Amino acid sequence: MFQFESLSDFIQMGGHGTYVWAAYLISLLVLIGLVVSPLLRRRKLVQEVIRQQRREAARQKNSDTAQTAP
Amino acid sequence: MWQWFHRLGSPRWFYNTSGKWLPWLSVLAAILLSLGVVWGLGFAPQDAKQGNSFRIIYIHVPASFLALAGYYVMAISGAVGLIWKMKLADMVMKSAAPIGAVLTFVALVTGAIWGKPTWGTYWVWDARITSMLVLFFLYLGVIALQYSYTSQDAASKASAVLSLVGMVNIPIIYKSVDWWYTLHQPATIRLTEAPSMHPDMFHPLLVMILGFYCFYAVALILNTRVEILYRERRTRWVQDMVLETPVSEIREGQN
Repeated sequence: MFQFESLSDFIQMGGHGTYVWAAYLISLLVLIGLVVSPLLRRRKLVQEVIRQQRREAARQKNSDTAQTAP
Repeated sequence: MWQWFHRLGSPRWFYNTSGKWLPWLSVLAAILLSLGVVWGLGFAPQDAKQGNSFRIIYIHVPASFLALAGYYVMAISGAVGLIWKMKLADMVMKSAAPIGAVLTFVALVTGAIWGKPTWGTYWVWDARITSMLVLFFLYLGVIALQYSYTSQDAASKASAVLSLVGMVNIPIIYKSVDWWYTLHQPATIRLTEAPSMHPDMFHPLLVMILGFYCFYAVALILNTRVEILYRERRTRWVQDMVLETPVSEIREGQN
């Protein structure tokens, strides 16, 4: 059963609201960061590899045309 | 048996297998954590002595559990990497360090916030709390060592040795509440005894602990996969996989 009479009662937590909500909020933010940071790193890495592949493809093409040009 | 061991040590095999597990684990973690938070915040009865401030336990205890379990993961994979020169174990060790540090930080911060209304102070140099702070510094030490060598092998070796030496701290943390006179209350849950909590308070805690375990697995897998991609970025399979990435991800790679 829900332990609180009203929403404001739930937020105040009998005078301990600040502590309880601060603890939950900080934990939530930190845990979200823990999942988001590898996702961002992964994205950056994939883009880096793609850039590298493009550069190599371009170089390959240039050297091909240089050989056939004369 | 040995074939299995070798396959387990293959980063590519781990990458593919963990990719299949990841969605299920993430969904499970999300369900368990949401259920546990709602149950713990709104439906568990309040504590007779501490009132509603005890609800912080639903974050504090699971985070502390995983801070310690994460240390085992880091030290054991460090040892496996040292002994069998298994590359995947080194990657797991490196990925476990920041997650463990963050969970220890959560345990310390929620403990401090909980301490204010309960003990009247945010911080005491109490045996349990101080040994947790040492755990936090051990994690930071491993992270720092990872970045202080140019050779990845040397970095892995040094951090594996540090995490193994730091294992001394683990029994101290567990036993600190029994060995010294401390403000910190004794363990809420013991494997050998029935929980000292009322079942109405204990069940949401159990859900939160399971949720944190799943969350930890998700975070560790995500970090290890990025580490694998990074170290194997020049190999054929990573190159081929990147070529097959969806267009939406590639678009930003163009500029």
